[in-house]
Amino acid sequence: MDIQITEQIIIMLAALVLLTAFAMLVQRKIYGLISLFMWQGIFLALTTAFVGYIAHRYHLYISAVLTLLLKVILLPYILRMLIIKLKISREVESVVNVTSTMLIGIALVIFSYQLTAPIRQNSAFVAQSIIAIALATVMIGLLMMITRRNAVTQIIGFLAMENGLFFAAISATYGMPLVVELGVAIDILIAAFVFGIFSLHINTTFDSLDVDKMAQLKEDY
Amino acid sequence: MTFYPLDLAAIGLGIIFFLVIFAFIFNKKEKFILNFSFSVMTLVGLLAVVAGIWVVYDASAYIMIFNLGLPELPFHFRLDPLSGFFLATIGLLVLYISIYSLGYVRAFLGHKSIARFIIFYCLFIAGMFMVVLADDALFFLIAWELMAVASYFLVIYEDEKVDSKKAALLYLVMAHIGAISILLSFGVLAGAVGGDMGFGSYTFDAMRSANFPAAWAGVAFFLAFFGFSIKAGVIPVHVWLPEAHPVAPSNISALMSGVMLKTAMYGIIRIAFDIIGVFPWWWGAIVLAFGLLSAVFGVLNALMQNDLKKLLAYSSIENIGIILIGIGLSMMFTSFNMPVIAALALTAACYHILNHAMFKGLLFMGAGAILQTTNEQNMEKMGGLIHLMPWTAFLFLVGCVSISALPPFNGFASEWLTFQAFLLSPVVPTPIVKLIMPIGAVLLALTSALAAATFVKAFGVTFLGRWRGKVVPKNREVGWSMRIGMILAAFTCFLLGVLPTFVINMLGNVSNQLVSASINTNMDKYNWLWVTPIVAQRASYSGTIFFVSIALIILATFFIFRLKRGAVTRCNVWDCGFGGLTPRMQYSATSFAMPLRRIFGGVFSISEHVRLKYRLRVNDRFVNIIYKPIVRLSYFISRQVGRLQQGRINEYLIYSFVTIIILLTFLK
Amino acid sequence: MKILPYILELVQVLILLVGAPLFVGWIRRIKCWLQGRKSPSLFQPYFELLKLFSKDVYLAENASWIFRFTPYLVFGITLLIGAIVPILIIDLPFSTTADVIAIVGLFAIARFFTALAGMDVGTAFGGMGSSRTMMIASLAEPAMLITVFTVSLTSHSTSLSQIVQTLTNNGILATLRPSFVFSLWAFLMIAVAETGRVPVDNPDTHLELTMIHETMLLEYSGRHLALMEWASMMKLFLFISIGKAVFMPWGIAQSGQLLAIPLALFFLIIKFMVIGVILVGFETSLAKMRLFRTTEFLGAALLIATLGMLSYFILE
Repeated sequence: MDIQITEQIIIMLAALVLLTAFAMLVQRKIYGLISLFMWQGIFLALTTAFVGYIAHRYHLYISAVLTLLLKVILLPYILRMLIIKLKISREVESVVNVTSTMLIGIALVIFSYQLTAPIRQNSAFVAQSIIAIALATVMIGLLMMITRRNAVTQIIGFLAMENGLFFAAISATYGMPLVVELGVAIDILIAAFVFGIFSLHINTTFDSLDVDKMAQLKEDY
Repeated sequence: MTFYPLDLAAIGLGIIFFLVIFAFIFNKKEKFILNFSFSVMTLVGLLAVVAGIWVVYDASAYIMIFNLGLPELPFHFRLDPLSGFFLATIGLLVLYISIYSLGYVRAFLGHKSIARFIIFYCLFIAGMFMVVLADDALFFLIAWELMAVASYFLVIYEDEKVDSKKAALLYLVMAHIGAISILLSFGVLAGAVGGDMGFGSYTFDAMRSANFPAAWAGVAFFLAFFGFSIKAGVIPVHVWLPEAHPVAPSNISALMSGVMLKTAMYGIIRIAFDIIGVFPWWWGAIVLAFGLLSAVFGVLNALMQNDLKKLLAYSSIENIGIILIGIGLSMMFTSFNMPVIAALALTAACYHILNHAMFKGLLFMGAGAILQTTNEQNMEKMGGLIHLMPWTAFLFLVGCVSISALPPFNGFASEWLTFQAFLLSPVVPTPIVKLIMPIGAVLLALTSALAAATFVKAFGVTFLGRWRGKVVPKNREVGWSMRIGMILAAFTCFLLGVLPTFVINMLGNVSNQLVSASINTNMDKYNWLWVTPIVAQRASYSGTIFFVSIALIILATFFIFRLKRGAVTRCNVWDCGFGGLTPRMQYSATSFAMPLRRIFGGVFSISEHVRLKYRLRVNDRFVNIIYKPIVRLSYFISRQVGRLQQGRINEYLIYSFVTIIILLTFLK
Repeated sequence: MKILPYILELVQVLILLVGAPLFVGWIRRIKCWLQGRKSPSLFQPYFELLKLFSKDVYLAENASWIFRFTPYLVFGITLLIGAIVPILIIDLPFSTTADVIAIVGLFAIARFFTALAGMDVGTAFGGMGSSRTMMIASLAEPAMLITVFTVSLTSHSTSLSQIVQTLTNNGILATLRPSFVFSLWAFLMIAVAETGRVPVDNPDTHLELTMIHETMLLEYSGRHLALMEWASMMKLFLFISIGKAVFMPWGIAQSGQLLAIPLALFFLIIKFMVIGVILVGFETSLAKMRLFRTTEFLGAALLIATLGMLSYFILE
């Protein structure tokens, strides 16, 4: 394949990752969120594979397969199970003002672009500007955690943030060594389990997954 | 002796001052001086237009020194393409308004002093002419003050209204704060000229040839920008404007909104491009930012108003915003050394100045006509006026269509040029500027869409539907002189929209003077048909073909579907069987704006009144003085600290988020 | 003067006039199939228009000339847009008259006068429709402008013909851009809102409180109503044509290639059939939104369009 076309495809995929991040920011329905997360995983895996191809780092193919397994199949499955257990499958979440959230998101994109300017100049990678996208994805994940109330959607926000970090690693240094990546993958998996168990407990204790309710834990003065 | 355009302008000024004396002497023969003065003012307007256009075509500068004022610093006159353009714009509106005033002012006959009106009217216009002709700081400020004071007296002309006194006082105070700021700016500039020129350093000529230190130039520019912004009603120093315009007589509102605000634009352009000349890009960015702010907030506020003239006043703020966007862009491109694009943006700004003078003048004249016929300014009580005043309705509609930037009228032509300037921003070398530009384009687009909503409201609620007030007005259409004034303005709006190339070519000389480039409007043949700012492949627009084809297609449609006959029957509106649709069931001005008020609710400060409560408590004085404050303070501190720890996960996340961003910003 | 371009121009306008009702018929047919109903003829929209044209006009007693003038204006303007947008072939004689900004302006005139006509008779419904239309437009119009700006940044031109030409010349790489992904998404959202389709408005409903565009037409009858209906069908057709020209320009004939025209026609029909299926798929699977949800929807469209423009600067 032509190098130029591959590059173009990588940039495209990066944009799609960003697009899914924004879509997750405004998606109300929890199933919709999970499928968006799946899509993000798919785009991420594809990016990884293409970067591996263009840079001749073949261990990235393994990373891509790992991403596909973990983020497209396993994690969504766990989340779905969690939702069924918690009986919140049809819940519609109130999102704080969509427009202003998105505005902040756009500001974050500009911010990360400004921030990564020195890195981009030094990087040898062909499509340097996607580092900015990666950083923006991380920040948008964090933003999503801030704006959501439901514990499960916050978990998804966390996972989206991790996606961004993974993406940043790939775009900046062609990915971490395979051992580290495996470790991170297992970490994520365990985190998902722990989160799941916690949410179940939160649900049984408070009869709700709204994290605002946890403010009641605080002593009044 | 050869005859120069500046002589024409001077003759015009002379006639005005003669009229002032004349009105003063014959102040008893009210009807006579009314007819005579306004007829002569029409002539003066025409003189100014001729002088202005002449000098713009000629593309050279004429200088005259008039021995008045300080002995060391006589009055310097100068007429160059920039001031010529403004002179022509002011003159054109003066021409139309004076015709209109022949009818409008007649309503004051008998219960108000006509001579007083005419004297201040003449002085006001003389002030505006002299502002654009002045070539030294002293003369400029004298003219500026004359303009401000004369307009103050015109605003309080109908002094039986309490509102008008308050509004006029606010106007006078703010105008003077602005004037002081401008004075300081000239002082800084003259000081920076240095040398032993004495008063000579106060002439613009000396300033033009001087090289200013960057810091002093910045101080001077922003002082001037602040002062002129107050006059122009740039947000946030706009508060006087929506108060003063509704209370002034309508022909004065038209002049103030149409051309007086533009003298401030003239000041900004003159100081930035002509006198200082060299500046960093962020000056332009600041001008652009204030332009965008004024445009968006102006139009949002306009949309919420129910007072027709207040709506128009806020819309003036919006249009000043659009003009500033053009000026700001032009300044930025100039500082990046891209003269052609700078010329494009400057041409857009100047063209919008002319266009806004025409359609805002027209709209205020229309509002005056409505006011005179119905004695009503509140849109909530109007409706259905299209049946009572068909002429005014049609002309007001032309104004609404023009100001909403709908093709093929003139508002669209200038907004189109501004958009083209925005679209050329990728050539700018600085990345941060590139990223800010799209946001500017979004806000401008939002403004123009909201302006359309505003004027659907203005026209729809006022002229369409049925009369909402208690008593249906008996008066009919206004007199012919008022109609002719409006017809001329409407026709100018139409011409400027359909044949924009002529004026744009003329403005080439203005931009040649200021940024030493002009935009290219040449296609291969028939080049007057198309506006093609850069190259034909990039973008082209032809108002002429546009209008002709719309007209032809509509006519064709009309004849094809109309000739297939079918009778038109008039009948009652279906009322769902309930009987009796009343005018109160119509959508009102408030309800029309409700959805948008809800969307942009955060922008306004909406207050609702709460009932008052009476409460009596007698306290120990010492507790109040000594103990209460201590207790309060400690509570306050602990509450602030306690606020940090709410127990909400989201807030803890916000802390870490903000920390990350701060760290990233400062440690990179 | 060459006569051929003018003939092509005429052909294109005829395609618009004839194709728009046909496309609506096609949409209805697919919808019926999807919902398991028996569908009316593909030509039903023509019959409806014919019926309306043959009826008399009943006019409210206080309707002014604006009310009577608006149908002709709206229809005429829609036709003019049809003469400018490259539906079949680029570089038509009218294409230099107006670029995309002016086309957005033309849609704005039609909307402006429709909203005025809604307020003319002085019923509550008309005013409601006008107010809502202007609300939706005030967000959709800037989004539309930004979308086309993003595309025109790539092709260095705001003229639609030029955009199509640049995109087809540069092959697949030209449309495979991040900024196009965002713009396409925003454009789809706007097109749905502007043409009054589900989930923003429902063209089939006559339930008073939920409808937007229909409320303004409520007092129209006879040929006036026919013209308005026809114009709104053409508007749908034109929005799809603009989207087609910008995002999938393959198959539109270049200037002077007469032989490519049958092929272009073929592509046109295929694309419209496919788009119709997709449109119906969306409409059947979505429910109409609450009115104030639509503002979020459009706000999101505006911001995505902005993001598209930013991503042009960041990524390309």
